Amino acid sequence: MSNALKTFTNGLLKENPTFVLVLGMCPTLATTTSAINGMSMGLATMFVLVCSNVVISMLKNLIPDKVRIPAFIVVIASFVTLVQLAMQAYVPAIYDVLGLFIPLIVVNCIVLGRAEAFAAKNTVGLSALDGLGMGLGFTLALTLLGAVRELLGSGAIFGFQVYDAGYASLIFVLAPGAFIALAYLLAIVNKIQKKDK
Amino acid sequence: MAYFLIFISAIFVNNIVLSQFLGICPFLGVSKKIDTALGMGAAVTFVLTVATIVTYLLQILLVKWHIEFLQTIVFILVIAALVQMIEIILKKISPSLYQALGVFLPLITTNCCILGVAIIVADPEQLMAKLPGDALSANLLTGTLFAFATAIGFALALVIFAGIREQLALAKIPKAMQGTPIALLTAGLLAMAFMGFSGVV
Repeated sequence: MSNALKTFTNGLLKENPTFVLVLGMCPTLATTTSAINGMSMGLATMFVLVCSNVVISMLKNLIPDKVRIPAFIVVIASFVTLVQLAMQAYVPAIYDVLGLFIPLIVVNCIVLGRAEAFAAKNTVGLSALDGLGMGLGFTLALTLLGAVRELLGSGAIFGFQVYDAGYASLIFVLAPGAFIALAYLLAIVNKIQKKDK
Repeated sequence: MAYFLIFISAIFVNNIVLSQFLGICPFLGVSKKIDTALGMGAAVTFVLTVATIVTYLLQILLVKWHIEFLQTIVFILVIAALVQMIEIILKKISPSLYQALGVFLPLITTNCCILGVAIIVADPEQLMAKLPGDALSANLLTGTLFAFATAIGFALALVIFAGIREQLALAKIPKAMQGTPIALLTAGLLAMAFMGFSGVV
């Protein structure tokens, strides 16, 4: 039980894919113009991560070692296509905003990284928990970054206006703001971690 | 003139790294030295141009057979195979070029700017949105030029960034900001500088 819990919280905190491992930067920077966009991107990635982890850990003994990376990519790409079609059908508004970055989940280093580093070596149950933990960690990071950028850039949070948008600095919604906001968030995380040691 | 504008637009105004956020991983990963940045830039330029032509032609087949939903799977597999093939061919034909680009080639498969640009070019609507002005139509020529120009923009951003980071290595930086945070902050300032180009085309 403690092993399962450790696997789950590992991705959430200790090895948070965005703040500690610094993986999957493209969607992190591009889709976090608002908290809700960041969260949808995180959830879509989490779905792919859990499903691909489960399937790959089930197939790990069937896939020859030499072709494992292409095989993993095919599994991941199938689930990405599934997510893409489902989002297009049920949440077209969000699909339009995220656009190109939904198919690009295929080349997100986190998904392939977890398949290779965890799912290919562990049981189905643990792999599912690992995918869930990593996915939640990623979603949390994206939502946080999205919330910060939305608050500073348009004076709102999850669409609720907190202060007058006229006082907000638009730069945080544009490209440079993404880099700057993430830089300071990472620095804060670094500072907190140093204190723990 | 219209074709020339594609280059200005893709390199400066809509720079793929600094305003479209594609290919951030290699941008942060292999930008500590100008030499490696040049090598990576050249490898991406080469693969991106070839991959775009191949995927553009494949998309015609996918549309003809009504299996567009397989786009993501087909494209990523083709790109992976293509990178492998380019590696083998380069090794045989030009060992010196292979020496220069070899290390970077396997990394390119997971570079999201390759798949991203391939998907943009394959969809006429998305490609039209990226082309400057109304004089051009979306076809193989404009698609390829757009891909080539985008790759040049990637290489340019990478080399500029590597140059700044070489200087940055000597600077005194607060402990918490060392490593990735300061790199991201630098990229943010660079992105702000590139924003000055907006409205040029």
